[in-house]
Amino acid sequence: MASDVEESGQQENRRDFLKYVLSGGLIAWLGAVLYPIAAYLKPPKQAEVEVNTVKAGKVSAIEKDSGTIVKFGNKPVILIRTAAGDFRAYAAICTHLDCTVQYRKDMGLIWCACHNGRYDLNGRNVAGPPPRPLDEYRVVIQGEDVFISKKA
Amino acid sequence: MKTRLSNIYDWIDERVHLGGLVEYMGKKYVPVNRHSVWYYFGGVSLFLFIIQVVTGIMLLLYYKSGEEFAFESIHFIMSKVQFGWLIRSIHSWAANLFVLAAMIHMFSVYFGKAYRKPREMTWVTGMLMFFLALGFGFSGYLLPWNELAFFATKVGTDIAGVVPFVGKSILIFLRGGEDVTGATLSRFFGFHVAVLPGMFTVLLGIHLLLVQRQGMSEPLHGADESGTEKKTMPFFPNFLLRDLLLWLIVLNVLAILAVFFPWELGVKADPFAPAPAGIKPEWYFMFMFQTLKYIPGKILFMDGEVLGILVFGLAGLLWTLVPFWDRKSSRGERNRFVDYVGLFVVLYILALTIVGWIV
Repeated sequence: MASDVEESGQQENRRDFLKYVLSGGLIAWLGAVLYPIAAYLKPPKQAEVEVNTVKAGKVSAIEKDSGTIVKFGNKPVILIRTAAGDFRAYAAICTHLDCTVQYRKDMGLIWCACHNGRYDLNGRNVAGPPPRPLDEYRVVIQGEDVFISKKA
Repeated sequence: MKTRLSNIYDWIDERVHLGGLVEYMGKKYVPVNRHSVWYYFGGVSLFLFIIQVVTGIMLLLYYKSGEEFAFESIHFIMSKVQFGWLIRSIHSWAANLFVLAAMIHMFSVYFGKAYRKPREMTWVTGMLMFFLALGFGFSGYLLPWNELAFFATKVGTDIAGVVPFVGKSILIFLRGGEDVTGATLSRFFGFHVAVLPGMFTVLLGIHLLLVQRQGMSEPLHGADESGTEKKTMPFFPNFLLRDLLLWLIVLNVLAILAVFFPWELGVKADPFAPAPAGIKPEWYFMFMFQTLKYIPGKILFMDGEVLGILVFGLAGLLWTLVPFWDRKSSRGERNRFVDYVGLFVVLYILALTIVGWIV
């Protein structure tokens, strides 16, 4: 009688053992199948050319009271020349939903066409949905040339 | 001729027993009542989907994906390929009519409470197809790689990116990188012509099978007009012929729209140009777009856009699950609350869409 109980207990143990081995094996197998698929879907990091400074043009060629988009690596930067003649540069990417902003002479503001977001000429979000100011870039003038560089 | 056809029929029948299937189809009856007109919109959606499959395959013969080719290849289709302008215009117009027909179909089912037991799965598969239809619209919109599409995609994928926790991964997955580039175009092309059609076809099969199996739903309060016996009409051939006549009319409307209001190609996308003034999404995204304009940057401690997107997501989820929280209709009782919710949604969408077009 006692040996019977022992035997069925042993059988239980064997069954549990098989259960763990098989389900563990199944999980490992699923992992081995799904991991490469998930990893494949994630795009690889492209080596980006690290850009720190770009030349935006000549002081004389940039009108007062204007704004232009300058390529900064693969990001757009907006270079503003105020009516007073000062230069300022901001990331041209609206902090709301990623559209590219533009300078509006008639408003004297930086404006995003997508959702009517507005920034003043200090890059501060003054109206509409943008939650944050535009990221600022540094403008350096060397002789006649205007350079834009990342803020340290 | 007659005998040859029947010989072929017999040959197949002998092997797969067609008789049962034909008998099964013949037994379906469509209820006739004052709401019968709404029964046609499911069929119209189906017809427009078929048109999309056919014209989509035709466009595939000439379309080239990629930043350097996409815009140019559609220009080629529209200017050089014989009737290319027509096929492309039909594809764009039918896409819009498809969303419209599906929307009418959805709201008529909603207000008729046709989702109630036992048709919960029909509703859910229908809603999933509706979301896929929006996905079709969104992914297809990018394929010409024009300015409007470029910014619509930037905004749309950025919206996915603000979802808490998983947003960033979704954004990278959708864009194929940090920014909207040629990688995004390749992915959207794949979604549009392979992933979405595959999923849609499976759901459509289940949806149609359920409709065939369960028959058309009747309005809850048919009893109001009662006394007389319920009128019905055989699906085959009576209802089907009416369906076909309507399909013919839809095809004509489509042809008129495609010919007299040809779809524009616009200006090629330039990642270094500002978003053009007056930029608008497709009309069926307009109410969400317009809402995002009105939500302020910060609400309490949250970014306004995050809040807006969470609210829309939650609303969509609740809408999809309506058969499971509207218990009253399943018991055959009137549920005013569901009517008011539906009415609010319709008015909200209409109002914001109109405002979006005027402002």
